[in-house]
Amino acid sequence: MQGIGEAVSLAIQLVITGNADLFEIVALSLRVSLSATFFACLIGLPLGALVAISRFPGRGAVLVLMNALMGLPPVVVGLLVYLHLSRSGPLGFLGLLYTPSAMIIAQTILIAPIVAALSRQVLEDLHGEYAEQFRSLCLTRGQTVSALLWDARYSLLTVSLAGFGRAVAEVGAVIIVGGNIDHLTRVMTTAIALETSKGDLALALALGLVLLVIALGVNAAVQSLRMSARRHAYV
Amino acid sequence: MSSIDTAALLRPQALPEARYANLLPLRVRGLELSCGGTPILTGLNLDLSPHGCTAIMGPNGAGKSLLLKVLHGLLTPTAGEVCWGSQPPAAVTARQALVFQKPVLLRRSVAANIDFVLKARGKPRQARDALLDRVGLLHKARAPARRLSGGEAQRLALARALATDPEVLFLDEATASLDPSSVQVIETIVQDACARGIRVICVTHDSGQARRIADDVVFLHGGRVAEHSPADRFFSAPQSPAARAYLDGRLVL
Repeated sequence: MQGIGEAVSLAIQLVITGNADLFEIVALSLRVSLSATFFACLIGLPLGALVAISRFPGRGAVLVLMNALMGLPPVVVGLLVYLHLSRSGPLGFLGLLYTPSAMIIAQTILIAPIVAALSRQVLEDLHGEYAEQFRSLCLTRGQTVSALLWDARYSLLTVSLAGFGRAVAEVGAVIIVGGNIDHLTRVMTTAIALETSKGDLALALALGLVLLVIALGVNAAVQSLRMSARRHAYV
Repeated sequence: MSSIDTAALLRPQALPEARYANLLPLRVRGLELSCGGTPILTGLNLDLSPHGCTAIMGPNGAGKSLLLKVLHGLLTPTAGEVCWGSQPPAAVTARQALVFQKPVLLRRSVAANIDFVLKARGKPRQARDALLDRVGLLHKARAPARRLSGGEAQRLALARALATDPEVLFLDEATASLDPSSVQVIETIVQDACARGIRVICVTHDSGQARRIADDVVFLHGGRVAEHSPADRFFSAPQSPAARAYLDGRLVL
């Protein structure tokens, strides 16, 4: 096992020299987590908007459920997706287990509730401001939802970022449904877990560094977008 | 004391024919509205002719804004009957427009605020520039709507209301807290709308404004119409004690 100083030095070297294995893992991580974020937003944003503008019996229970689902344990999601995608499962015929697609499905299930619950809160606040004007304009439900989603776009970017952060950092679900197969389903978090257990701290640290840089970069980009929007009074 | 000169109000006036005769006149009978168990409007009766501009006046808490929202179909009365022609308010909301005291503008550009309404109503986008020009905001078409001054924001709200091509235009203290020049611009646009046959019903505390733009005044007090008279008569010889006290600047309870 390497010392921390040696491991850090090796990690920086791996990043600087553009180690192929390292960048393959990073690229797959981004592909899986960005795809999952995209699909989660596709499901979660309209769902959050619909709940935000609707009043129906049992709405309180739905809100409790939505908020509770934000804390879904990744291993439980991984296990449920595994059971459905395994050979004997109802979706086994699709042959998706141990593929990046299975990982995208698991992460989508994991973060869609986060996107839905957070966007519901954002959009409900905005709807409180717009509701009377929209009723006066006799907008349809679809027009109301699309107007709210557009006007809250900068706040919803932060929501989707929270979903992406959760997806790119989780390990439990992707390791169960992806299997951490080298050159196929190995992503940053599963590789970090594996390399740490093998004692190869350099690669684990290098991946950790990249993960941190990605997290910081995405946050900085969204923050700068929000600041620019605020300057132009669009937030 | 109630002094409603309905006959005088329904007399033909020197105004153009209303474009939308089927929506008017307005008939309100026994209107009651409670908020949180507190009665606000109690047995209110009102008739409005198809023409001109009506100012709704009265002390704070008289229920003026709530009445406007009931007439527009945004609030359901506790009891009573409201008929636009032969239709209930909720059935004709889309044919009316309401400008709120505090304009609610979308987080978009000035032009996009108008485009949004035009698109929602299936109207051509070409109408946008003419509307912005009418309210003096064409040069600010690309500016963020939320960066507008109070007067500009209210003019945009008015342009957006007019973009719906309303048959009835409601104004809920639309010029409150605006400077005199902004008030004048908005009044001119409202008078122009009125001249084009749009029925205007506005809530205002500004007696000067009511004198300038209103053909008749509805004075609310105690949840009812205390007085409904032609504007000149209302200001020269108010019939109800509450209206007299209000115009004299005395506290009306």
